[in-house]
Amino acid sequence: MSRETLIDLLYLFSATTFVLALKGLGSPKRARLGNMVAAFGMLVAIVATFFRYVDGHAMYHVPLMILGIVIGLVVAVPVARFVKMTAMPQLVAIFNGVGGGAAALVSITEFMHIKATHPATYVALEVLLGVLIGTFSFAGSAVSFAKLQELMTGRPVTYPGQQFINGIVGLAALATIVTVLVSASQMMLWVLLGLAAVLGVLFVLPIGGADVPVLISLLNAFTGVAVAASGFTLGSNLLIVAGTLVGASGLLLTRLMSKAMGRSLGNILFSAFGATVTASGATERADGRSVRSGSPEDIAIMLGFASRVVFIPGYGLAVSQGQHVLRELADLLESKGIEVFYGIHPVAGRMPGHMNVLLAEANVPYEQLVEMDEANSELQTADVALVVGANDTVNPAAVDDKTSPIYGMPIIHADLAENVVFLKRSMRPGFAGIENELLYNPKTTLVFGDAKDTLTKMVAAVKAS
Amino acid sequence: MGNALLQYATVFMLAIFVGIEIIAKVPSILHTPLMSGSNAIHGVILVGSMMILGAATTNAEEILGFLAVILAALNVVGGFVVTDRMLEMFKPKAKTPKAPASGEVAK
Repeated sequence: MSRETLIDLLYLFSATTFVLALKGLGSPKRARLGNMVAAFGMLVAIVATFFRYVDGHAMYHVPLMILGIVIGLVVAVPVARFVKMTAMPQLVAIFNGVGGGAAALVSITEFMHIKATHPATYVALEVLLGVLIGTFSFAGSAVSFAKLQELMTGRPVTYPGQQFINGIVGLAALATIVTVLVSASQMMLWVLLGLAAVLGVLFVLPIGGADVPVLISLLNAFTGVAVAASGFTLGSNLLIVAGTLVGASGLLLTRLMSKAMGRSLGNILFSAFGATVTASGATERADGRSVRSGSPEDIAIMLGFASRVVFIPGYGLAVSQGQHVLRELADLLESKGIEVFYGIHPVAGRMPGHMNVLLAEANVPYEQLVEMDEANSELQTADVALVVGANDTVNPAAVDDKTSPIYGMPIIHADLAENVVFLKRSMRPGFAGIENELLYNPKTTLVFGDAKDTLTKMVAAVKAS
Repeated sequence: MGNALLQYATVFMLAIFVGIEIIAKVPSILHTPLMSGSNAIHGVILVGSMMILGAATTNAEEILGFLAVILAALNVVGGFVVTDRMLEMFKPKAKTPKAPASGEVAK
């Protein structure tokens, strides 16, 4: 067997592991194994690549390759290992972005390399797509990262003439593509790279922070497509298979995610929701309607009299790292014979499934975690709904108010419980920037302060009683 | 338009269908790990980055290729490690960690 055939066989093996891994990632039992299988397949592909021949010679610059990979290892492993679980979404965004950047660079460099041989027009087209989509994904991911990391506002950014400006940049990109196709100009390829970056930024700016996870999923799919385009240019089946798999499954996943939020993808991407609505909402509420607030000790007494309590955790819980104390409170209440459930909204936290991960980290037993529909039926007979750092996911406006930007999103009906308790840092609205009517409900009590502090005080008070 | 292009297009088309078919039913709690896992898989661009660096004959190609290798390596390594860390949490039901905690409470 020739060297090339052997390497191609190893690549085939890797591609197979990727398919199996994606399959495994769809089931809770096999997910972790699936990820490891893909990692192994990737390792095989990378090692095999070192032994390839390109342009009829062995690989040049092998030490440089190893150096690059080592740099990647040294930077990425500690970051991925030790960044807080709450920051996970922005981490995925940034790792996706660099992948898109790499795909764009691969396409552009390959074009430089083969330009002298006057490649066919379709090759130029593949390069153009790789550069355009890869760079777009890179820039979009960078802005998503900034939004999630709160380096910039999480609100949708809108300005007059936005559509017009986007249109102009889009047209300019199109014109550049045509120019490159006709003239095979390398210079114009760099212009396209710049335009694609601008487009990526413009595209993400008007999308609200709460929707950014869906956006990351979309950009992830884009990077997959960019990788597939590079695969066409390089003539690599492995890249085509892996990139296309990610592109196709990523697009479908993006649709599933937006469905879980009760919205269409188009609505998420193009409605710039929240921007105008919040403005009117904020002034309307400035009339100083009163809310009822209480101390942690008051709540402890309320909990002591309850027989069924539902916790509704949100991102605020994760931010204050209060999940361990919350579990302690749950254990304490259970030891007093009080039933405790955690009602988990599908998009609680910053991404679908994020909250399950955070609670699992605090060793919350699985059987106490109930999904939204079940939580809603439990809530009908619950004495207390304790909302910890959540807001939008319990906002009744999603059901009652047709004008609300989150109208149609399924919610956890905390308002069904006998008493509702909110642990909040302030009256500030949630991530989507929408006022929550439930805060003003007569059966609602608010406890202001850091969720972890409040929970710790509540644990002490319940213990004392 | 050679046979090679046709072969790549065939692979491309089939991969689309596999990609769609494979994740048709995924519980919402696994959406994030799935996204992160597929994020790691497109890190296979590292193979492409290595190919262009391995073929580089000019300084510009070397620099761009080296940069691509670094970025792609970050994608691969970070992607797999983050996904694994997320999935670490989905352990099979373990009652043991709960016991000491409630014991502590009883004191």
